Formats: sequence, structure tokens, C-alpha cells
Amino acid sequence: MAGWAVLCVTLAVGVAAGVIMRRRDGVARDVRGDMDTVAAGDLGAELGERATLVQFSTAFCQPCRATRRVLAEVTAMVDGVRHIEIDAESRLDLVRRLDVMRTPTVLVLDSGGRIVKRASGHPRKADVIAALGFTVSHEPDAT
Amino acid sequence: MQVDPRGMRFAAAATTLVLALVLVTGNGWLLLAQAAVFALGAAGASPYALAFKRWVRPRLGPPAATEDSRPPRFAQGVGLVFALVGLIGFLAQAAPLALGATAAALLAAFLNAAFGFCLGCEMYLIIRRLLPATR
Repeated sequence: MAGWAVLCVTLAVGVAAGVIMRRRDGVARDVRGDMDTVAAGDLGAELGERATLVQFSTAFCQPCRATRRVLAEVTAMVDGVRHIEIDAESRLDLVRRLDVMRTPTVLVLDSGGRIVKRASGHPRKADVIAALGFTVSHEPDAT
Repeated sequence: MQVDPRGMRFAAAATTLVLALVLVTGNGWLLLAQAAVFALGAAGASPYALAFKRWVRPRLGPPAATEDSRPPRFAQGVGLVFALVGLIGFLAQAAPLALGATAAALLAAFLNAAFGFCLGCEMYLIIRRLLPATR
């Protein structure tokens, strides 16, 4: 029966996709190669003194609210870090330029606005703190 | 409007079951019924969510947190599109189209039920990116 086969394949794909997504969701990845730079003008807000957390959100995004909470908590804990939330829909230019495919997407910028890390999905607090630590410590050798 | 996230998971599980039955039985009428459910869900009146509220929620107690209803409602609309494509497949007796569209909707419902991942919601930005900028 074709129906049974399609059902089994679909459920198998679903389990595999779900497990992969669980593992990768919200994990901050290094941005290698030519680092894109985001200026204060792009964001419509000043960059943080030491680092900036840029969050892309939409109205149709379930984990955006929880992400906002995590980033606000971290921002309150660490000096010189700003959290800027961007409505992806009203900034499609930036969304296309930075190749944002999902919301929430979080970019970790250093003091010069270079994108050092990015994560899509709801990030864990410890991961955000670690990403900030990495960003701030890699600051001096930037040219 | 705020909704109980457990009700959304319950509705996704019911959707998964119904769409699995559509695949196994090849019954287009069942898919038509699910399409009607998707339409009601997009309007904010999902029969599955209402059933949850009426019979399941009293046993569980109030939710720890509520969620914005816009993402799941948008996702129900995406589900409706796939169900309609599937129905066209059944009407035209094009089995690959009928099974493929039903399977796509089933995958989204299953990911929501089992992992709490809203595939329909994820479509929003991708669709929005493909459309020309309105401002």
C-alpha cells in the first residue's frame, strides 16, 4: 500500500528532522571567513559598548518571546551589552542581506559591529553568555 | 489573543492522527474534513482546541504559560493550503499529488505534536522574503 509507505517515510523524516532540530536549535555558531559588519545605522539603534545582541523577530514566531526574555536577562547581567530586537518584516532588506531564514535569529556583534556568532532558534542563556565571552575576548586582535 | 500551548499540541496530535488515516485509507472525504478544521483553526476556532478546552483542560488545570495565538493560526492557514492541494489531487485522481500534499501537512503536524516545532510558523519569514518588499 502506497499510503502506508508514505506514512512510514513521513514519520521517519519527522523524527529525524525533529531530533536534528532539537540539537541545533539556538546553538551559536562561529561566523567564519569574511565577517559581515552591521552598523548602528542599519539597526536604527546604537551598538553596545562591548557587544550587541541583535534579535530578528516576527509576529508569527512562537519562541521569539522566550528569546527576548533570555537576551534581556543576559543584557542586564553583563555591562556594555545591548539587546536590539528587529521586526524582520519591516526590515526585509537586512533580512536578505544577512540571509536570515528563521525567527528568532540572534546575531552577536562585537564592539565594531562585526558578526562574530549567530544562532537560529531559541538560545539557552548559558550559550548566549558563552558567545558574548567569546566575542569580547576576541576583540583586540580585530583589524 | 492568548492560547494554551498544550491545546495546540493536542490539536497537532489530533491532526497527525487524522492525516495518517487519510494516507492509510486514501479517503478524500476525511481530508476534506481536516481542511475544514484547518479553516476553522485559522479563524481561531479550531474544533480540536475546543475539544481540549472542554474535556482535557479541566483535568489538567490551568496552563503555566499562554502563547500568542497568531503563530498557530497562521500555521493552520498553511495547513489549509496543503490540504486543499491534496484535495485537488484526490479529485483529479493524481495519487502522488494527493499523498504528497497530505504527507507535507502530516509532517508539519507531527513536528508540532512531537517536538513543539511549528513548521507552518517557520514558513512565514520565508514566504515574506520571497514576496517583493511592500515598504
